[in-house]
Amino acid sequence: MAKRLDIKDLNLFYGKFHAVENVSLAVPPKNVTAFIGPSGCGKSTVLRSLNRMHEVAPGARVEGKVLLDGEDIYTSTVDPVEVRRTIGMVFQRPNPFPTMSIRDNVVAGLRLSGVKDKKKLDEVAERSLRGANLWNEVKDRLDKPGGGLSGGQQQRLCIARAIAVQPDVLLMDEPCSALDPISTLAIEDLITELKKEYTIVIVTHNMQQAARVSDQTAFFNLLGVGQPGQLIEVDDTEKIFSNPSQKATEDYISGRFG
Amino acid sequence: MSTNLADPQRLATPPTFQKVSTSRQIKNGLATALVWGAFLIAIIPLVWVLYTVIQRGFPVILDGDWWQKSMSGLLSKQQGGGAYHAIYGTLVQGLICALISVPIGIMTAIYLVEYGGRSKLAKATTFMVDILTGVPSIVAALFVYTVWITTFGLSRSALAVSLALVLLMVPVIVRTTEEMLKIVPDELREASYALGIPKWKTIAKIVIPTALSGILTGIMLALARVMGETAPVLVLAAYAPFINYNLFDGPMASLPLMMVNERNNPTAAGFDRIWGAAITLVVLITLFNLLATVISRALAPKTK
Repeated sequence: MAKRLDIKDLNLFYGKFHAVENVSLAVPPKNVTAFIGPSGCGKSTVLRSLNRMHEVAPGARVEGKVLLDGEDIYTSTVDPVEVRRTIGMVFQRPNPFPTMSIRDNVVAGLRLSGVKDKKKLDEVAERSLRGANLWNEVKDRLDKPGGGLSGGQQQRLCIARAIAVQPDVLLMDEPCSALDPISTLAIEDLITELKKEYTIVIVTHNMQQAARVSDQTAFFNLLGVGQPGQLIEVDDTEKIFSNPSQKATEDYISGRFG
Repeated sequence: MSTNLADPQRLATPPTFQKVSTSRQIKNGLATALVWGAFLIAIIPLVWVLYTVIQRGFPVILDGDWWQKSMSGLLSKQQGGGAYHAIYGTLVQGLICALISVPIGIMTAIYLVEYGGRSKLAKATTFMVDILTGVPSIVAALFVYTVWITTFGLSRSALAVSLALVLLMVPVIVRTTEEMLKIVPDELREASYALGIPKWKTIAKIVIPTALSGILTGIMLALARVMGETAPVLVLAAYAPFINYNLFDGPMASLPLMMVNERNNPTAAGFDRIWGAAITLVVLITLFNLLATVISRALAPKTK
């Protein structure tokens, strides 16, 4: 199930703007990798390039390789739709489909790829909602709209929706930035649970969060306005937060930045 | 606290909240009067029109025959008969028009919002739609007359009317659908892509359903508008006092055409029929608007 990701010499562009420069990094399976760094340093852009969401933006371009268990997802024969089915994503703001019930939201990925068997869909809905620690809160109102849940519940619904298609890798783009501390805690616990089965990459602005949930941390930085973002260093989370090898990393995590 | 209050320095400072100044009161009064005045001026003709139509037309449509019979075989000064032939004409011409316009309009809007982006074709399309929106109905009617009847040699018919109405309806549908698709947040599209759902399915199953209530409202309003158009029916269909079910040939009545026709009838019967047809058209359009509201409420995304 869980697969490893290897990023090699990745360069990302929006039109003429060079957004991220020469990123190389390995994401081991069943492991949480956190991307930290100041706003605009390209960490979300890198994350979105890992399941070919980067190219959805007009004019966006990718150079370099992203290997999923050795297979380049950017080879011309690879269908981006297949890549996204294999590498799921959770976004910054919870975005349940407003026209669908809670159950339909969870199984949307399967249903819209042609799975019709109602029994199987119900099973997947329950398993995914349990996996996202949401089952007990919503089991009596599965037919109610997903938009009626609280922000934290909606985000867990989105995680349930993402794991319902059983991806090999789960990408999370600041999944807690719109949530209160209690919901954040619920999601962090969930990430620790999910790690047993999935390879997880998470972008976060919250350094305590990176320290709490991740095994490996990558620090991105920006040399100046209009310059491309760069990967400064990547190491075990413990080492990054106790004894980073780069001065910029130390400045950033100790709040002495900029 | 008591020492504070006794402090003469503190008593000397003015209170934080003061009475509203006279100049502000005057300005406020003026603005309020202006807004109310404008509202009344806008509402007077509306109420007046509605009152006249109801007062003169309502007794006519209370007669059951009005909804079931045509004018067939009646002399112009004879009372009686009905508007069934004209109601049928208006509805069927509107329906054919909608059947052609809705797919074209929605597909065009989907192209513009989801695929066109900033391409030249998209810009050209938007420009054309803008021009079409401003085309007067008589121009659309004469255009269809030139192409359909003069060039192709086909006959004046209900279908020709519908084609002219299509020219008027398509731009309205494109515009409203475009606006509705634009307000569907990109986050929903991205969420769908991230589940490995292809783009066309994302549009068909996520984007359209989210925007559906607004799109339907737009269609209903466009339909209500074209049903009242008079120029196309005048140019492209002759009035018939009898029922004509043939869409492709022969004269066919419609409510606007019936009104125009009865204008030439100086008798009391003609007067009644004009106002009867007028209120019937208003009722039909109101029904369509109500239907649009009901449907859009039923389809709108819910949170409970």
